[in-house]
Amino acid sequence: MSEPVLTVTELRVGAGGRAVVVEDVSFELAAGEALGIVGESGSGKTTVAQALLGYARTGLRIISGSVRVAGEEILDRSERELRSRRGRLVSYVPQDPGTALNPSIRVGNHVREVLKAHSLDRQTDGRVRAVLERVELPSDASFQRRFPHQLSGGQQQRLAIALALVCDPPLVVLDEPTTGLDVVTQSRILDEISRLQRESSVALVYVSHDLAVVSSIADRVAVMYAGRIVEEGPTKTIVTAPRHPYSAGLIVSVPDHVEPRQLIGIPGVAVGVADRPAGCAFAARCDLCIPACEDAMPKLARVGEHHFVRCIRWQSTQLPEVEPRRDEATAPGSEALLSVEALQAVHHTRHGTVVAAEGISFAVDAGACVALVGESGSGKTTIARCIVGLHPPSDGRILVDGRRLAPLARQRSREERRTVQIVFQNPYDSLNPRRTVEDAISWPARSLRGLGAREARTEVATMLERVRLPAGTARRYPGELSGGERQRVAIARALAARPKLLVCDEVTSALDVSIQAAVLDLLAELRRDLRLSLLFISHDLGVVASVADRVLVLELGLICEEGAVRSVLSSPQSAYTARLVEAAPSISAPQLLHDATRV
Amino acid sequence: MSAISVGRTLERRLAFTRSWLVRIGLVVLAFVLGVAFIGPYFAPYSPSVIPGIPFSPPSGTYWLGNDYLGEDVFSRVLSGGRTVILYGALATLLAYLVGGPIGLLAGYARSRVDGVLMRAMDVLLAFPPILFLLVVATGAGANIYALVIAIAIIHIPSIARILRAATMEISVRGYVEAAAARGDRTHVILRREILPNMWGPIVADGGPRFTVSILLVAAVNFLGLGVAPPTADWALMISENRAGITINAWSVVAPALMIALLTVSINLIADAIASGLGKSVDVEALRR
Repeated sequence: MSEPVLTVTELRVGAGGRAVVVEDVSFELAAGEALGIVGESGSGKTTVAQALLGYARTGLRIISGSVRVAGEEILDRSERELRSRRGRLVSYVPQDPGTALNPSIRVGNHVREVLKAHSLDRQTDGRVRAVLERVELPSDASFQRRFPHQLSGGQQQRLAIALALVCDPPLVVLDEPTTGLDVVTQSRILDEISRLQRESSVALVYVSHDLAVVSSIADRVAVMYAGRIVEEGPTKTIVTAPRHPYSAGLIVSVPDHVEPRQLIGIPGVAVGVADRPAGCAFAARCDLCIPACEDAMPKLARVGEHHFVRCIRWQSTQLPEVEPRRDEATAPGSEALLSVEALQAVHHTRHGTVVAAEGISFAVDAGACVALVGESGSGKTTIARCIVGLHPPSDGRILVDGRRLAPLARQRSREERRTVQIVFQNPYDSLNPRRTVEDAISWPARSLRGLGAREARTEVATMLERVRLPAGTARRYPGELSGGERQRVAIARALAARPKLLVCDEVTSALDVSIQAAVLDLLAELRRDLRLSLLFISHDLGVVASVADRVLVLELGLICEEGAVRSVLSSPQSAYTARLVEAAPSISAPQLLHDATRV
Repeated sequence: MSAISVGRTLERRLAFTRSWLVRIGLVVLAFVLGVAFIGPYFAPYSPSVIPGIPFSPPSGTYWLGNDYLGEDVFSRVLSGGRTVILYGALATLLAYLVGGPIGLLAGYARSRVDGVLMRAMDVLLAFPPILFLLVVATGAGANIYALVIAIAIIHIPSIARILRAATMEISVRGYVEAAAARGDRTHVILRREILPNMWGPIVADGGPRFTVSILLVAAVNFLGLGVAPPTADWALMISENRAGITINAWSVVAPALMIALLTVSINLIADAIASGLGKSVDVEALRR
């Protein structure tokens, strides 16, 4: 290996006092190499990414360690010295280009600003054009005169990447650059990034929570947990033969649409910064934990060529057997619980009427799980809102148990409202922060089922047990719960009405994968035990493949394909579905994208 | 079971008293209220007899000296709190009782209801406050209750605006949507889902607003339209003695200090209640 482009040694970042957010992080990166840093929320991955630019977010500071890029030390520099090195030595592509680009600066001037900041203003215009062309953006004058809000999300991210490349830095740090983009756009951006990397031999650090995405782009992967790297190695080794129990758990909890599988979640939640133990931080959630694990923090030990693991029991670690997905058989000939007939929904905006969904017809049988899939703007959430009575449809009918539902919830009978319940996408705002969990769960039981206060309290205990939360949760406020716990409470609240149909609107998209797997598992169990029907709305084909029987693919408010999950995902009929399936990252077939762009 | 849960509720309600700032606030508030409501019975002189020389400095007989007429400042401080606190609190409370529901309804209902309510508020906002008070006083005479209502009316538009903005922010949240999807009635949603989230803004805004009410009562009294001399009243004392501040500063400083202590202690407590909302006792206990 030649002289590494990036050498990180013993990086330690923390807040004042004892709270250390990132500790003992060391790695190297050669020119033209891509390192993926994977971790769940709170693992410290973004803190590491930012430290590579000598930056620590407000409240944190880089305590010790060294970050050398192309032989130059980045840490221990004044803000002025850093400024001249950022962009030239190392540049950063942030998660949300919509907020990272200045809305009042035109596209061309964004590029010029960077050139000016590094006094590279010779032949500026040619250079601006060249850099835009490099990321396959239009380079003509009219495009350069546009403002960021006039670009699509994908174009904004391309521009952000262009800005990172202007000065040809040897190292680019990408922090979740495709999170929040549609899968098709995401796959194009990923293609773009690997092409640029091949062409210019730039070294990449790619930070993401999404193991499937990382495995498609990175040569090596570092898995972070509780502020430390727990495993580092070649991508293939990490994905197929991980040696740290956490990496293994992470891999089997990633849903996959190429090989739909039974997801296995990791029990428990990640430890907070203040509660990190003296021993292995993962011990409390680990099956292989022995007393020695809790005594001291294991060292990151070499276990193979370029493969390092921070676990004393790495020899016993095995990737759990991934079972193909079990099919939840729906009793044949069962009546349709929900039927939607020729539904049309519109949004009224200042600029007129926008049709969000049109000619939507489908049925959900008792005990079945039907998924609505589509990118943002495909109308899937609007359809869900019509069904629960939050958005009056402009045409068509919605029937539950053969009875037609009124357009708005408050015009429906109590029984009808009880039958259909919804769980929302964002568990951080779907629970009232000022009401205890008990209050939140007992209210639907009282208002929709007419239970008395005492009966409702018993019901709360039953529901908490149902969603596998400890009974003590009842007295807690939502602010004291983790995202996964909150989503369970939201599910319990919906279940307290004893519904027949649960509408799940992107219920796992705000959760970490290991938590997502557990929530999906819970939903499957509820389906089995309570014969609950699910209408599952998602943009994630992997998730859909793991839970649904039937799937409807929506494109711009129209159903473009419908059928059994397996056949739609394995042999899509419509061009749009085929594009989605191809673009969706997959951990079982990560080489698809990699090879296509590498060869 | 119920005894335990009552105890727990009480414990949760009182959890905010754990901070030292709040304890100070509570002690100061108790002191000010004590002076205002029990003080009059301990006043050495009647607040309206003139025993001394105007603006005499503090002495063994007159602990805080004498005021512009020669009345005992100490006795008047002991007797002058009741009116300020009562009328200020009454006006503020009244303003919230009317302005609060208007703001909640306008913010949640949007559409036409919002338009009608907010334009009505704009009309009220168009009156200059003091002029409005003068007009009311001219019509109703020196009737303090009419003036309390007038002060409340002055507060209503801004309370409605603040709570409308806060409600609009809350009403797009998932839990409000969830309630709407359950078919909960509007008044149930306002009471269960939105109002509990309003305590933060209400408490934060209420402290300073109470202060403004006191100052408006003082302004009215100063103009001789509300509580008239020789009644002892902290606000009135500040205005009537301002000429003698260089001779006997205590005649102004003592009542001003009482008003300041009152508002500071209320704001300390208000802030603590606001930041303690949405926390159960167990976790607080764990943290210590």
